[in-house]
Amino acid sequence: MMRRKEWILFGGLLLLAFLPLVGESYTLRLGTMACMYAVMAVSWNVIGGMAGYPSFGTAAFFGLGAYTGGVLLAAGSSLPVALGAAGALAFAGAMMLGAVLMRLRGHYFAIASLAVAEVLRELTNSATDLTGGGMGLNIPLGISGGDGVVTEATFYFLAMWGLLFIAVVVITMIERSRLGFGLACIRQNESAADMIGVNGTLYKSLAFAFSGVFVAMAGTLYAGWVHYIEPPDVYDILFAVKPIVMVLLGGLGSTAGAIIGAFTFLGIEEVVWRNYLQVHTGVLGFLVVVLLLFLPHGIVSIGRRVRSLRAGHG
Amino acid sequence: MFTLQILANGVVLGCLYACIAVGFSLVWGVLNVINLMHGSFIVLGSYLAWGAYNALGLSPWASLAIAAPLFYVAGYLIQRGILNRVIAAPVLVTLTLTFGLDLILNNAMLLGFKADYRKLLLDPPLGSVAWGSVVVPVDRIIAMALALALTLALYVLLRKSRIGRAIIAVRLDRDAARLMGVNVASTYAAAFGLGAAMAGCAGVLLALIFPISPLSATPYLGKAFVVCVLGGLGSVPGAVLGGLILGLVESFGALAFGPEHAVTLSFALLILFLIFRPQGLLGKRGFE
Amino acid sequence: MAELMQLDAVSRRFGGLQALDRVTLDIGRGEILGLIGPNGAGKTTLVNVVTGVHRATGGRIRFEGRDTTAFRPYQAARAGIARTFQVVQPFPELSVHENVTAAALFCGANGGLRHARVVAGEQLEFVGLSAAADQPAANLTLAMRKRLELAKALAMKPKLLFLDEVNAGLNSAEVEQAMGLIQQIAATGVTIVLIEHLMKVVLSVCSRIVVLHNGALIADGPPSSIVSNQHVVEAYLGKKYAQMAAQAAGNP
Repeated sequence: MMRRKEWILFGGLLLLAFLPLVGESYTLRLGTMACMYAVMAVSWNVIGGMAGYPSFGTAAFFGLGAYTGGVLLAAGSSLPVALGAAGALAFAGAMMLGAVLMRLRGHYFAIASLAVAEVLRELTNSATDLTGGGMGLNIPLGISGGDGVVTEATFYFLAMWGLLFIAVVVITMIERSRLGFGLACIRQNESAADMIGVNGTLYKSLAFAFSGVFVAMAGTLYAGWVHYIEPPDVYDILFAVKPIVMVLLGGLGSTAGAIIGAFTFLGIEEVVWRNYLQVHTGVLGFLVVVLLLFLPHGIVSIGRRVRSLRAGHG
Repeated sequence: MFTLQILANGVVLGCLYACIAVGFSLVWGVLNVINLMHGSFIVLGSYLAWGAYNALGLSPWASLAIAAPLFYVAGYLIQRGILNRVIAAPVLVTLTLTFGLDLILNNAMLLGFKADYRKLLLDPPLGSVAWGSVVVPVDRIIAMALALALTLALYVLLRKSRIGRAIIAVRLDRDAARLMGVNVASTYAAAFGLGAAMAGCAGVLLALIFPISPLSATPYLGKAFVVCVLGGLGSVPGAVLGGLILGLVESFGALAFGPEHAVTLSFALLILFLIFRPQGLLGKRGFE
Repeated sequence: MAELMQLDAVSRRFGGLQALDRVTLDIGRGEILGLIGPNGAGKTTLVNVVTGVHRATGGRIRFEGRDTTAFRPYQAARAGIARTFQVVQPFPELSVHENVTAAALFCGANGGLRHARVVAGEQLEFVGLSAAADQPAANLTLAMRKRLELAKALAMKPKLLFLDEVNAGLNSAEVEQAMGLIQQIAATGVTIVLIEHLMKVVLSVCSRIVVLHNGALIADGPPSSIVSNQHVVEAYLGKKYAQMAAQAAGNP
């Protein structure tokens, strides 16, 4: 059923859970970000890779989840409740919005999904009583139930890791299901898919919803983890673009590729941040350009290219 | 009456917005590329005007004459050298590519110019003109007139010149144009160059009115989006109509909801149009 | 109910063009109906309207007693109406087998992926494409693509099947094969509507023929009556020839 690559990946993912045993605060922070990025990437892959709709909506979902969860946590809710609410709101919202937005194709859909993030950001900014508006929202410490920096770090790492694990399981199940098959058909030839009985609107809305639910929950965890959020932080347009770059890095279309891409991206980002802080967005831009021009199939295709080059000379 | 003043503001703003958007609309309509660098081009144009005025004493009107060819060449080269490689790729690729290029450009501007807002202050200042109860600063009137003139010039260029007609031909039917002997690759590059030139010139004009900073790039880009969706793609009259509507919506919206919500209002309008009339008011259906 | 599908004054307008003009037509269960007419007569538009690709701007469509006028394509497909396309539309990244499996999965009622794969295999064998089952659909020749279209349509277990120019681009041997298949399909109880330009095929295979011209139905009857119908001749060849034909028929 599963190919060897996927077993390796799953194995690696399971191993990662043991990071707290060997890592200290900094490594755990990195690991948490890596898992968060991976959640975003595998989620984006559902709408962008499987269904073929270029969504720039990750920022909208992340911000929505961060604020929904954040507001609930700040009001005293427990983490599971906050996560559940964020996920449910994102899923339902995406189902309804998806039915409307996904009548748009190509550029229009991309812009619309981006515009949603903008509008949400502004609404969040204006609802000062609820969200603190431009002054930000404080989320209390101690949600993890423990104290000390290391236990906090461990808790959030395991939480984010757990979310990634669940996301990967669910999304892999989707890939192998009727929904996944239908999305593949929609991506390749939408009118032919209609003609053979695929309910395009429903499937696309589901894809959009699944592309958002885990991202929203990641937003909630992020809010609890960093303790303070502002609208421009969590509705950042970069959150819309980075998952796309990650998926492109790893090779479009596969969950495994998305995870590899996310981890690789984080590695590059860390290196650039620490050494080239002033130009780090420029370097990111450079990376994107090089990737798109020379490696359209992601870094996983480097192996393929090298092999075919060698074969040519062999 | 107060309303008349708001109306006047809206119209002036609208003409400027039309100028911001028409180059963007051309590139999107002809190459099917959303140039996310457009906002940065505008800001660069503003810096050009500011620098030329403060360092060389050149009036902004003269800067227009420099900006146009300079940006045209830059745009032409960027398209020919970089974008042309992925011209047949899906929307996702071209969109992300121009995003990446813009990250580089914007970062460079931040490093070079710093984020502080600068103002191009004409010395001596041009003052204002009053009609009844309506007051409009002279520099805005001139900017508006020039914006309209530039837009009109582009319109005429597209219709009358050879390169313009090639651009329209390629837009209508790329393969037929190729069969007629049109060099599609250079036509695309020319269209992109024109788009960049319009952006640079718009930037020069905007330098008189708005503060200049790399941080303004994204808001300008956002306005270009809204104008294109409202007015319809690839059509100059569409850009003008869309620009006017946006200008009026923002001016009256600022009055009704407060200036900080004017932008949200325009984005909400964007979403509404995308849902109910994605081709805009003057655009034709089917151009994704 | 004897009538499988009833079109009642069905019209479709595209801007200024009246593509279908109050077409009233009954399709009986189990028949092979020929749908002919000059180019641009509206034959493909009729299929598009019936399958939900375009919404009728006037009139009603009834299928097995249900009003299906407002059905979207996927609803029409699940109700049992299938069609092939003139310009073949496979799923290019999928293999031939997977293409047919998709059709079986979303239309073939219940049963999961496994069952759909089995059904797909059966249809591929029926149309003679089993050997190419694992090839990417994009690699097929035109004749094989037409058969793939057919296999997909059959995998949907349709009650009513519209075949839109299945013979375009085929040589006479391939046409013979295709006709043989079609008759086998009809023998299993599927009602077929055949859109065709090849008169030889239509006249030999169809039990009844309807003729469209400029969106309107101008003739409806057995092959013999259609051939001698003056309006039909006029539609294809113009008034002059129609008059000549009428004169010739009048003089023994």
